[in-house]
Amino acid sequence: MTPSATKSDHPLVSVRDLSVRFDGTPPVHAVNNVSFDLASGEVLGILGESGSGKSVTLKTLLRLLPERRTTITGAVEVDGEDVIALQGRALADHRGGVASMIFQDPSLALDPVYTIGQQIAETVIRHEGATSRVAMARALEMLELVRIPSAKRRLGNYPHEMSGGMRQRAMIALALACRPKLLLADEPTTALDATVQIQILLLLRELQQEMGMGVIFVTHDIGVAVEVSDRLAVMYAGSFVETGSVADIIRDARHPYSKGLLAANLVGAVPGTRLDAVPGAPPALNALPEGCAFAPRCAHAEDLCLTTPVPVWSGAAGRWARCVHATREGATAVNKVAP
Amino acid sequence: MLVFVIRRIFYTIPIMLGVSLVCFALVHISPGDPLVSILPPDASVELQEQMMAIYGFDRSYPEQFFRWLGLAMQGDLGNSIATGRPVASEVFNAVGNTLILAVTATIIGFTLGSLFGFVAGYYRDSWIDKLATGIAVVGVSVPHYWLGMVMVIIFSVELRWLPATGAGPGGSSQWMWDWVHMQYLILPAITMSVIPMGIVARTVRALVADILQQEFVTGLQAKGLLDRGVLAHVVKNAAPTALAVMGLQLGYLLGGSILIETVFSWPGTGFLLGQAIFQRDLPLLQGTILVLAMFFVILNLLVDVAQTSLDPRLQRG
Repeated sequence: MTPSATKSDHPLVSVRDLSVRFDGTPPVHAVNNVSFDLASGEVLGILGESGSGKSVTLKTLLRLLPERRTTITGAVEVDGEDVIALQGRALADHRGGVASMIFQDPSLALDPVYTIGQQIAETVIRHEGATSRVAMARALEMLELVRIPSAKRRLGNYPHEMSGGMRQRAMIALALACRPKLLLADEPTTALDATVQIQILLLLRELQQEMGMGVIFVTHDIGVAVEVSDRLAVMYAGSFVETGSVADIIRDARHPYSKGLLAANLVGAVPGTRLDAVPGAPPALNALPEGCAFAPRCAHAEDLCLTTPVPVWSGAAGRWARCVHATREGATAVNKVAP
Repeated sequence: MLVFVIRRIFYTIPIMLGVSLVCFALVHISPGDPLVSILPPDASVELQEQMMAIYGFDRSYPEQFFRWLGLAMQGDLGNSIATGRPVASEVFNAVGNTLILAVTATIIGFTLGSLFGFVAGYYRDSWIDKLATGIAVVGVSVPHYWLGMVMVIIFSVELRWLPATGAGPGGSSQWMWDWVHMQYLILPAITMSVIPMGIVARTVRALVADILQQEFVTGLQAKGLLDRGVLAHVVKNAAPTALAVMGLQLGYLLGGSILIETVFSWPGTGFLLGQAIFQRDLPLLQGTILVLAMFFVILNLLVDVAQTSLDPRLQRG
């Protein structure tokens, strides 16, 4: 079941200085200098509010952004392949074969006039050249894998004949049909109600462990991110502002934005009191400030923050935060942990 | 699906009844005495009353309606006042000719319209789109009787490639799908296809552009389908609406081709309708309208069934 551990010295995903700009008047800088690695079998949660560029980052990994109006710079490698350079058939082989995606709202992302079985089988035929009989058998197998009851009958259902949770299971079955090495999940539980959310999260976690694929999980819900991820990256205004293991971020968030997100969480909130929401709104991505993009909303901001480039504090490997305050406390904090 | 079809067929019964009532009423509400055209101006009152009695015009409207409806259901639409021949056979012949013309025109219009619309929607805002949309707008805007005359002047009078009028050597009754007859069909069919072509092109363009904006298209790309695979999905999503538009257009062409059939002297229902109106031939007028209306109802039924088999979501309604 585990995908062959090719190039074990290389990470499964390697993103370096990725910037995405939507050309228009004015141009929008949706993603700015994002770098991260993902090992195979690892789950990275990208956390951020709407418009922070997390979905755009994800879509770049499949090159799903409108080609004519987008400028992508930097390097993106998935399984040793340069994704930015992929064209035509090679790109189509990459999509759904090496890396595949689960969308936020399966009622929009599935074709309404094809049955679930047809939509899964079609993918298998495309990538593996299977006959339609074999492909349909695989579709059935996948529906059983994601635990859709009476899977055989569901194979002939259209998306509108299923419930939201069932549709998302079908979407997961579709995404995993060709055993991708990388699964990209774009807020896969946002459109579902709370009880179904948990089921889908548990299913995803289980399938990930069973199949050993790398997962990048994008969400605005810190509770969800904590549930499924090994590592977290907090994204703000198109940039990663802090990364670390889930434990690091939960216990010892360094960036004021990460702290704000944690404080705004419902878990542990006292009923009847107001939640500590982060004040203000994210900056427009066509006019980012000179210094720290978060400074206008930050309670600790100084004049320095608004004008100079932000220094980066780094802790252990893969642990850093982009904040001047983190660099100052950092010295003491690291010392506390070190001895 | 079968249940849906049966239910849908049952729905047509009240529709047909309503349609026949409207047919009957419209003709009788309109001013003018139906017997004026066959009676001499100085006819005596007795003769007038005698004729009224023969054609049944002296009875009450409900009585006339039910008598007419009863006979119509048995296939008897009465006799033409002007010619004395049975209306049913006149209409039957004309319907055959109109069908030939309308179906040919619809096929041409739908094929070209879908093609233009699809290309325009797929390459939206490119020069191809502008060209295709331009053709579609011209198609909808040009008065087709005028276009028919221009075509006759160019291809029949100047170039002498195609015959200008009629439906071939045997007249209306001996149609055959050979060149001798089909050359008579070309000019009216092309003229007639221009409007459905434009309407279908505009509809399909909007449809395709809208479908391409939907998230499932990104979903299809994300699972690695090649462009032609995505295209197949777009076509299937666009087909139900395009078919519905085509069905309606065919319906209009079946009845609304009076001008074109007159320009080309094509012996179809439009031609017949024109005659019936000018001669105040009530039975002929009623019969023709009724048959055309029934065509429309049946056509809508077929379109609904075809649409439902393409788009499963419609079955619920």
